[in-house]
Amino acid sequence: MIFNRLPWTLHLLLLVVAIIFPFTSDSAFVINFGVLALFYAFIGQSWNIAGGFAGQLSFGHVAFFGVGAYASTIVQMRFGFNPWWGLPVSALAGAAAGWFISVLSFRAGLKGSYFALITLAFAEVFRIISNSIEITGGGLGMLIPMKQTAANFQFGDRRAFYFIILALTVISIAIALWLKASRFGARLAAIRENEDSARALGINVFSEKIKIMAISGAIAGVGGCFFSQYFLYIDPTIVFGVDKSVEMLLVSMIGGAGTVYGPLIGAVLLALVSEVTRSMFSLQGLSLVLYGTLLVIIIAFLPNGLVELFKKKERKEAGRLTSAAPKKGEA
Amino acid sequence: MLKVKGLTKIFGGLRAVDNASLEVAAGQIVSLIGPNGAGKTTLFASIAGFHKINEGQVELLGKNIVGLEVHEIARLGMVRTFQITQPFAKLSVLENIAVGAYQQFASRDQAHAHARLIAEKVGMAGMLDQPASELTVAGRKRLELARALATGPKLLLLDEVMAGLNPQEIIEIIALIRSIRDSGVTILLIEHVMHAVMSLSEYIYVLSYGKIIAEGKPEEVVNNREVIEAYLGRGAADQMTGQAPGVEHA
Repeated sequence: MIFNRLPWTLHLLLLVVAIIFPFTSDSAFVINFGVLALFYAFIGQSWNIAGGFAGQLSFGHVAFFGVGAYASTIVQMRFGFNPWWGLPVSALAGAAAGWFISVLSFRAGLKGSYFALITLAFAEVFRIISNSIEITGGGLGMLIPMKQTAANFQFGDRRAFYFIILALTVISIAIALWLKASRFGARLAAIRENEDSARALGINVFSEKIKIMAISGAIAGVGGCFFSQYFLYIDPTIVFGVDKSVEMLLVSMIGGAGTVYGPLIGAVLLALVSEVTRSMFSLQGLSLVLYGTLLVIIIAFLPNGLVELFKKKERKEAGRLTSAAPKKGEA
Repeated sequence: MLKVKGLTKIFGGLRAVDNASLEVAAGQIVSLIGPNGAGKTTLFASIAGFHKINEGQVELLGKNIVGLEVHEIARLGMVRTFQITQPFAKLSVLENIAVGAYQQFASRDQAHAHARLIAEKVGMAGMLDQPASELTVAGRKRLELARALATGPKLLLLDEVMAGLNPQEIIEIIALIRSIRDSGVTILLIEHVMHAVMSLSEYIYVLSYGKIIAEGKPEEVVNNREVIEAYLGRGAADQMTGQAPGVEHA
């Protein structure tokens, strides 16, 4: 994958661009665009480290997102904690949900598409539960009262939200980079490629898969916390809806699943498509139609995602190198 | 090193492995041979923990390993390769071997250095960056061996690492297996390439219809009537043992 071999200066350059971006305009539209793009990059990365890096494809990643959203909102609204506590609480709750779902599924030996389906089922179960119990506010959802102070995790200037989600995205990318370069990440890649071989080489497949699902769940959970503080309202269909699961996996797959920057690339594209169509056409949901079309085109021509555009160039160069190598060997 | 006693594995109504016993002493190369479908791979998989066995005992280094998970057995030092190669297809050769090496080293630098060393040993130093999916059959077989070797095993179970190789490649891999043994790794192998079995093994077990029908040094086994019968049928066995001494191999 090209990006983890990028020199650190390029990572830095990207970061600088991201920091400058919100100051290029005072328009709420532009800043909101940046927040959404980074938000999708962040929750997309959550899906990516489980689905792309470890091959544990989930159709119900929104389960962790929703658990995080409800956990943070409940400790704030029902137990009176400062909303900043929502960040660690949602991380823990998301991790616990990831642990719980994956222990049950992997104990039962569910793999591949069966695992994808069981996660979808869990997300639906969580949606129905949150719809029917009291502490979540049931179908009415929960409204977080507006009170714009930094101590209250609310900001008059949307740029503050931008920098919070930027920091979270940087952390998620750092996790992805660490996975690319660590023993844990190498083991996950082995599990993704061939579980039997991984076991034969002494890898505890069960526990490694649970660990990555917990980490992935924690990231999605924090995404849920950010979402509730940004929009100040959650209800079961919003935070446990299938569409969010789909968006999480789409941004990774369009950008390039299993790559460090895939989710970011896909997320920027998703945000672009949805904002542009929303401003040009009044038809609701048209952005998803367009996005679906894009997905079909990308799967047809770049099955490994947009990142492939960069890699193709690289492979050509690598090809030149390896074709030169045997001659050296013969001499 | 390895002691298997009365191992039985039943699939439905089929006794795939029936009361098989074998022993591998440290530092040896021992072969398991037998006609197609005899149950060799099943026996291997049962020893390595991939199948739950119905009866019998398996001891590795004096420790009972029946019921342990595959990865626990691998960590005790017994690592198997697969007859049908199972590479991590999208990973490079180096990354494939490094997965094994990470069992010994936690740091990426050390694991990669060790993987390079192993690659050199098995003659793959020139293809480190190639994706495993682009390897030839011979390359994949070597990769299976390299990955297992990189874990730092005490006992290697090699399942037909020579199948599909050309004569030159077989000569190379025989030398490789010898050098692995000489470096202190005990080897139990399944093989169909008879001249390789004969020249490599110190001891041979013959499996037929799930049962060990003969065992001994290579020269004892080739002249064994039951072995010839298992491979070639009764008529041939009568003929060959009748005219016996001149006959070279089964």
